[in-house]
Amino acid sequence: MPNRIKSIVSGPGLFFTGLGLVALYAPFMTLAANRIVAGEGVPVWDVAGPEAVIPGFAGLLAGLALGLPAAWQVLRLTGAMIGIAALIWLLMEGSTSLLEGAGTYARVSLGSGFWCLLAILLLLAADALSSLSPGPKMRGALLAVAIVVSAMVLWSGVLTDLSIFREYASRQDAFFNAAWRHLGLAFGSLVVAAAIGFPLGVYCHRNKSLRSAVLPVLSFLQTIPSLAMFGIMIPLLAWVSSAIPGARELGVVGIGFLPAFLALVIYSLLPVVANTVAGLEATPIVTLDAARGMGMTRHQRLIQIQLPLGLPVMLAGLRIVLVQNIGLAVIAGLIGGGGFGTFVFQGLNQTATDLILLGALPTVILALISAITMDILVELARPNKMRHG
Amino acid sequence: MIEIDNITKVYDGRPAVDAVSMTIESATITAIVGTSGSGKSTLLRMVNRLVEPTSGQVRINGEPTAGLPKNALRRRIGYAIQGHGLFPHHTVARNIGAVPRLLGWDKDKIYTRVNELLDLFSMPPDEFRDRYPAELSGGQQQRVGVARALASRPDLLLMDEPFGALDPIIRTRAQTDLHRIQRTLGSTILLVTHDMEEAIQLGDQVAVMDQGQLVQHGTPAEIITNPATEFVAEMVGGVDRPLRLLSLLSVSQILEEGAAEGEPIDEEASLREALSVCLWSGRNAVPVERNGNPIGRVTLEAIRSRAEGIHEPS
Amino acid sequence: MSRANFLRVIVVSLLLALVLRPEWFAPMFEPFTPPGAAVIYDRTSLLSLSLSHLGIVALASVAAIVVAVLLAILVTRPQGKAFLPLSRTIANMGQTFPPVAVLALAVPMLGFGAGPTLVALFLYGILPIFENTMTGLSTLPPATMEAARGIGLSRRQRLLQVELPLALPLILTGVRLSVVIAIGTATIGSTVAAHTLGEVIIAGLLTNNTSYVLQGGLIVGLFAVLIYDALTQLEASIRKRLGVK
Repeated sequence: MPNRIKSIVSGPGLFFTGLGLVALYAPFMTLAANRIVAGEGVPVWDVAGPEAVIPGFAGLLAGLALGLPAAWQVLRLTGAMIGIAALIWLLMEGSTSLLEGAGTYARVSLGSGFWCLLAILLLLAADALSSLSPGPKMRGALLAVAIVVSAMVLWSGVLTDLSIFREYASRQDAFFNAAWRHLGLAFGSLVVAAAIGFPLGVYCHRNKSLRSAVLPVLSFLQTIPSLAMFGIMIPLLAWVSSAIPGARELGVVGIGFLPAFLALVIYSLLPVVANTVAGLEATPIVTLDAARGMGMTRHQRLIQIQLPLGLPVMLAGLRIVLVQNIGLAVIAGLIGGGGFGTFVFQGLNQTATDLILLGALPTVILALISAITMDILVELARPNKMRHG
Repeated sequence: MIEIDNITKVYDGRPAVDAVSMTIESATITAIVGTSGSGKSTLLRMVNRLVEPTSGQVRINGEPTAGLPKNALRRRIGYAIQGHGLFPHHTVARNIGAVPRLLGWDKDKIYTRVNELLDLFSMPPDEFRDRYPAELSGGQQQRVGVARALASRPDLLLMDEPFGALDPIIRTRAQTDLHRIQRTLGSTILLVTHDMEEAIQLGDQVAVMDQGQLVQHGTPAEIITNPATEFVAEMVGGVDRPLRLLSLLSVSQILEEGAAEGEPIDEEASLREALSVCLWSGRNAVPVERNGNPIGRVTLEAIRSRAEGIHEPS
Repeated sequence: MSRANFLRVIVVSLLLALVLRPEWFAPMFEPFTPPGAAVIYDRTSLLSLSLSHLGIVALASVAAIVVAVLLAILVTRPQGKAFLPLSRTIANMGQTFPPVAVLALAVPMLGFGAGPTLVALFLYGILPIFENTMTGLSTLPPATMEAARGIGLSRRQRLLQVELPLALPLILTGVRLSVVIAIGTATIGSTVAAHTLGEVIIAGLLTNNTSYVLQGGLIVGLFAVLIYDALTQLEASIRKRLGVK
C-alpha cells in the first residue's frame, strides 16, 4: 500500500506541504513602531480583512496542494507560481491594512513565516523544474520571464509600504551607486582576471614547471580569508602610492575601490588559470595526435581544437569567479570600497534589519542570476556531440 | 616510393627503433607487425616526424623529409589512428575537409572532394555530411577517419592500428573496404598492427618488428613459409600456417575444367573458403562461377596438394 | 627533513610566535603604526581570540559534517531517491549565496554574538560537504558495488565498509572547502560581535592602524593556510591508500 501512495504522491511535495502548513503559523509580517525597534509578529490570517486574506490563504493552500502529485510537473510548477502570487497579494493587502492608523514612523516588515513560505514555494518550483529538466534555451527563457515579472512587481509600487522599500526610497541614489559599484567590482575584476588568467593558463598548460610553480601560489592566495586579504591590500597600495612616483596621480590609493578590486582579481586568478589548464587538457589525446599528424600548427591546434573543446570547462571557471566575486564584493563595504556591502554593514551597525536586507538581498539575487546564466552558457558551449555522447 | 634509410630512435639511451631500413613501393600496402613495445608505432611516427629520428632518414620520392617544414610534410601525408581521433566538435564534412582546409583549397573543391570520399566509403553525403562523430557507429567513425586521412590525395597514408577499436565483424568489413579503396585509388599505405592475421590479409608486403629491429620484410607468403626467426614463426602460428597460406590464394589459381554438385563459389574466393565449403558440405569438389556463370570447379585434392606445397622451398 | 616539512615547521613557529609573543614583532610593525597608537594589539589576548575563532569554526564544521553526510546518505538511498534531483539543485544554488550575506541575514533572526556566526558557518558549511558526499556516493564504480552485493554484504555493510570509505576522499575535499570558507567567514563574524580574530583587523580598519590589520591578517591567513595544508595532506594520503587519483 505505501508503495502505491509513493508512486502517486511526490516525496518532496509531501515534505514541503507539511513544512508549508507549519510555516503558516509563523508570523507572516511584523509591525514595529519605528525602523529600529523589534516588531510584533502578525499571523497570516490577521494581516488584513477577510476579503483580502481568504483569497490569499486559498491561493497558498492551493499552491502547496498542487505540489503533492508525483507526476504532472507543469501543474506542480503552476501551483508554486500561484502560491508565490498569493504571497505577494497578502503582502500588498497586509502592508496597507497594517499601517492604517499605526503612526508615521510605523514599519511593516517581512516575517519569518513569509520567508519560510517563499523558500518552500521556490524549492517546490525548483523540484518541479528539475524533474522537467528543461534545455538551456528553455531555462534562459524561464529566467528572463522570472526577472521581467519580478521587476514589474517591484516597479509597480504595490509593495512600497514595506519597510525594506522605505529604506530603499530614502536612499535611492545611494542604492544605484552601490549597485554600479558592486557590478563594477564583480565584473571588472572578472574581466581583468580573465585577461591575465587565460594567457597564464595557456602558458601553464604548455610549461609544466611554470604550472607547478603558479598553481600552488594561486591556491595559497585563495586560502587567505577575505577580510585579511582586503585589509592587507590597503597598506600595500598605500605604500605603492607613496613609494612609486606617479602612482598617486594614476589613482593608486590605499582606500576605497582599488584595494577591493585588486583583492577580487587575486581571488579570481586560481579558478581562471586552473580551469583554463583543465580545459586545454580536456582534448582527448588521440584527437590531439590526429591534429598534429595532419599538420596543424600549435596555434591552429589551440584555436581550432583545444579552445572550443575546453570552452565549457573554462566558462565553468568564470562562473565560479563571478559568483565568488559578487559575494566577496560585499566585504568591500567594510573598507570603504562601496557596493551593496555598505548597506549590509550600515544595517548591522544600526541594527536595522531592513537595511541589511537592502544590501544582502540584491547580492543574493545577483549571484543567483549570474550562476544560472553561466550554467546556461556552459551548457550552450558544449558542442552538440558531447550532449549526445 | 618511400625509402626508410637506417633510421634509429633512442629513448633514454635505449634504441626504440634500431637502424631500420626498408623501401615501400608506390601503390602498395605495407603492414608493419609486432608486439607492443616492438617500436612499430615509433617507426611509423618517424615517417611524418611526429617523432624526430635520432639518426637516419626517410625519403619520399627521393626527397629527404628532414629538409621539409614539419607541418607541410604532415599535410602531404595522410594519418589515421586507432580510435579515429575525429574532432568531436566538427561535423563529418568538416572533419574530412580538415587537411584540404589547412592546404587552403577553395570551398567548392573541398565540398566536392568530401562528397566523393563519402560516396567511396558508402556513406551517402546527404545523410552524413552534417552529422557529428558521436552520432555515428564505431565502424562509420573509423571510415570517416580514413576518409579524412585520404582527403588531400596524400603521397602516403600512415595508419596506426586503424581497426584496433572495432569489433571483429565490423573489423573484417573495414579491412575489405580498405583493400578495395586502396586498389581503386592506387594509394601507398604504411600500416601498423599487432595482428598478424590482419597484416597477412592487407599487406602486399609484411614487415615484422621485434625489439626495435626489423626482423623480416617480405610478401605474406614468404613470411608464412619462411619465417626468419623463432619470433616470426611464433607470430605466424605453427598449426595455422597452411590455412593462412590458403587464405592468400584465390580459387581461380587452381581452377580446373569440369562440373561439380551443389552451391557454387565465386572465383575470387580464397582457397581457405573453398576448403571450408568442401569440408562443411562433405563434397570433394565445388563448382566455381564468375559473375554468376559457371566456369569450372575446384577439387579438395587440388587444394590439398597446394597446401602441401608449402613445405617445399619456393 | 623535506623542504615542504621544513617550511611547515617555520610557518607553525611563526604563527605560534605571532599569537603568544606578539611583542617580538613590534619593530616589524612599528613603521605601519600611526603616531601615538599602540603597535601591538592588546585589547584582548590574541590567544583567546584564536581559540575562540578556531572553536567556532570547529563546532560549526563538525555539526555541518555530521548533518551533511547524513543527509547525503539519505538522498542516495532508494527511499530518498525522490529528493536527489532537488538536493542537487539546492546544493548548487545554495552555494551561490554569499557567505557574508548568510551571516548578515542570520543576525535579524539570532541577534548579535557568536550565535549568528555559528549558524551561518554551519548552514553554509553543509553545502560543499553535502554536494561532494552526494557525488561520491552516487558515482561509485559499478563493478565494485556489484561485487559488494555479490559477496553478500547487507545494505548497511555496503554503506559502512564500501561506499563511505570509497567516497571519503571526495567528502574530505568538501570538508576542506567548507572549513576554509568557515575560517574566512568567522573573521567577518567579528562585525556581528563574535569573538574572533577579525576583531584585530576591524580594529585596525576603524582606527587606521595598519599594524593591527597586518597582525590580524597574518595570523588568520597562516591559520587558514596551515589547516588547508593539513586537510590536503590527509586527503592525499587517503587517496594514495585507496589507489584513486
